[in-house]
Amino acid sequence: MATPVTHYLRTSKMPHIWCPGCGHGIVLGAVLRAIDSNGLDKDKVCVVSGIGCASRAPGYLDFNTLHTTHGRAIAFATGIKMAKPELKVIVLTGDGDAAAIGGNHLIHAARRNIGITTVCFNNSIYGMTSGQYSPMTPTGSLASTAPYGNIEEPFDLCDLVYAAGASYVARGTAYHALLLSKLIARAIATEGFSFVEAITQCPTYYGRRNKLRSAVDMLKWQKEHAVSVAAASKMSAEELAGKFRIGELGVRTRQEYCRRYAGLMETAQKEEAERDA
Amino acid sequence: MLSSAGARLMQGNEACAEGAIAAGLRFFAGYPITPSTEIAEELALLLPKVGGKFIQMEDEIASISAIIGASLAGAKSMTATSGPGFSLKQEGIGFASYTEVPCVIVNVQRVGPSTGVPTAPAQGDVMQARWGTHGDHPIVVLCPSSVAETFSLIIEAFNISERWRIPVVFLMDEVIAHMREKVVVPEASAIRIVERPRPQVAPDEYLPYAAGEDLVPAIADFGSGYRYHVTGLTHDETGFPTTKASEVDALARRLDAKMRRAAPHVTFVDEFLVNDAEVAVFAYGVTARAAAKAVRDARAQGLKAGLVKARTLWPFPEEHVRKVAERVRAIVVPEMNMGQLVLEVERSSAGRAEVVGLSRVDAEPITPDEILAKLREV
Ligand SMILES: Cc1ncc(C[n+]2csc(CCOP(=O)(O)OP(=O)(O)O)c2C)c(N)n1
Ligand code: SF4
Repeated sequence: MATPVTHYLRTSKMPHIWCPGCGHGIVLGAVLRAIDSNGLDKDKVCVVSGIGCASRAPGYLDFNTLHTTHGRAIAFATGIKMAKPELKVIVLTGDGDAAAIGGNHLIHAARRNIGITTVCFNNSIYGMTSGQYSPMTPTGSLASTAPYGNIEEPFDLCDLVYAAGASYVARGTAYHALLLSKLIARAIATEGFSFVEAITQCPTYYGRRNKLRSAVDMLKWQKEHAVSVAAASKMSAEELAGKFRIGELGVRTRQEYCRRYAGLMETAQKEEAERDA
Repeated sequence: MLSSAGARLMQGNEACAEGAIAAGLRFFAGYPITPSTEIAEELALLLPKVGGKFIQMEDEIASISAIIGASLAGAKSMTATSGPGFSLKQEGIGFASYTEVPCVIVNVQRVGPSTGVPTAPAQGDVMQARWGTHGDHPIVVLCPSSVAETFSLIIEAFNISERWRIPVVFLMDEVIAHMREKVVVPEASAIRIVERPRPQVAPDEYLPYAAGEDLVPAIADFGSGYRYHVTGLTHDETGFPTTKASEVDALARRLDAKMRRAAPHVTFVDEFLVNDAEVAVFAYGVTARAAAKAVRDARAQGLKAGLVKARTLWPFPEEHVRKVAERVRAIVVPEMNMGQLVLEVERSSAGRAEVVGLSRVDAEPITPDEILAKLREV
């Protein structure tokens, strides 16, 4: 039987800071179920975040937790993972945190294929700083810094991260919470760099401004616009317009970075021993 | 094996890398920049041999972030850079300072601001080293003036950082970084190495930011059974965020008091011929070498000159300066900048002696003759 998620929570730190209807709690629940299904030891899990509403999650989690600077979670996590490769290092980040200020760290971690799992809480907006547009805000959406509608185009973060070299890339939503948990579980079980984009809702700053009045409207929107990878493969480009794919989007096997480094250390030490002999 | 004991000819950057390993460095993350690059190159070669890790990150911000992460996982950590990269690291240095994560940041200074003269010496980052990040924050800044001193002082940098849980900035200059000199590498057993204070209590009793008498809390390695929270938000003794005025105040004041408590243990100053001196030079880094020659030349000409050479720039050695100012007529402060530390010398002297700055900012080092001329003038 699954352990209740409260086992992994610092319940004494509740109530949490998130708004009523915010999707971040659902995504966090999916993360915890994924950790549980992988049977991880709490002492061997390290959760790292940057800055933003999403990044406040580690404060509520009973692991080794590190709340860093804006955009840099993956870089901090890289140091932890290299120093102690036996730790499961999980980064929880927002779309602004991961794709804007932290975009460079994200693609380079994927390129190195270092064994870190990153879950990006994509609410299409900057929540914590109250509703400015992010690199994931859809074109045309309103934001406090896009009062005439956003003229920029968002990334396809999953395509970006996979193209950069990640071992595992998937997308889920807060609405499809069970699927999301399964995807995160597989990401955590992956040895190299794994990335899960979790589409979630910010009714406070995205919804209200964009005619999705309530969290329920936003969850419905997720349900109606998500297409499974299998279904998408049978659809035409026109049918897919305005929709997004959920499920496993890219899986490949590549040697993990710390393992490579272990090989390098072995070579260096052998050379040194031969010189001494 | 590396760092075998005995006399060796070493470059300053090489001495920095080897001294760091001797001090226990096991994780380095950096991004190449002249004139610090050889430190990274040397460590890429040497660290894996001692079971340590080297990574070339995508930029300087990633590098400081990675060394903080690695330090929290228990590894003695360092990064190395020069002016422009040092500026990029400032947010991370503030994080390390506030969360009290031991780490060493080497800045081999070059001419600035901006890209400046990448290959030429300067001492223009003294104030950036002290005040670069935002907010009041404890920081220690050390500054070697020879290759041998680079080797021994970088060991102190690690010891201080680990002992006091304060980031230590190791402020070199291009001349020291690139010159080659004799270093007598001591036997490993003769090197004093300090470890960070680790918790003596059971995990469920551990308060990560509760400090004892010395104001330094014990730090547990991630993954060692102590699950705790680290945040750059203002935090209480439990490590969790607080906005309560009394707790916000308590953290700022403890960190400040910790710095004061550490000060006498981390302030290194060398004095030459100061006892009977009528005039003195206060100098650091490569400039202190020109100053030593100037003082000897002055003595040969019958002028009683002395030298105060600081290896610690911050906390500023104000006691030393005050005592010297009581004895001498004037203190000359030669610097390869427009006058960054001279103001501190002036403040510490508090009118007891005349304080005269000597600036050179043409990408050339200050010569003994220039200092001598100034000594004769005052
Ligand atoms: C260096 C720096 N720049 C800007 C900020 C301000 N800031 C805090 S959170 C944030 C955006 C957060 O958005 P996102 O990552 O999407 O997370 P959300 O709050 O939406 O969950 C910004 C810009 C900061 N803290 N640090
Ligand atoms: S502002 Fe938005 S993202 Fe932040 S807690 Fe509220 S609903 Fe969630």
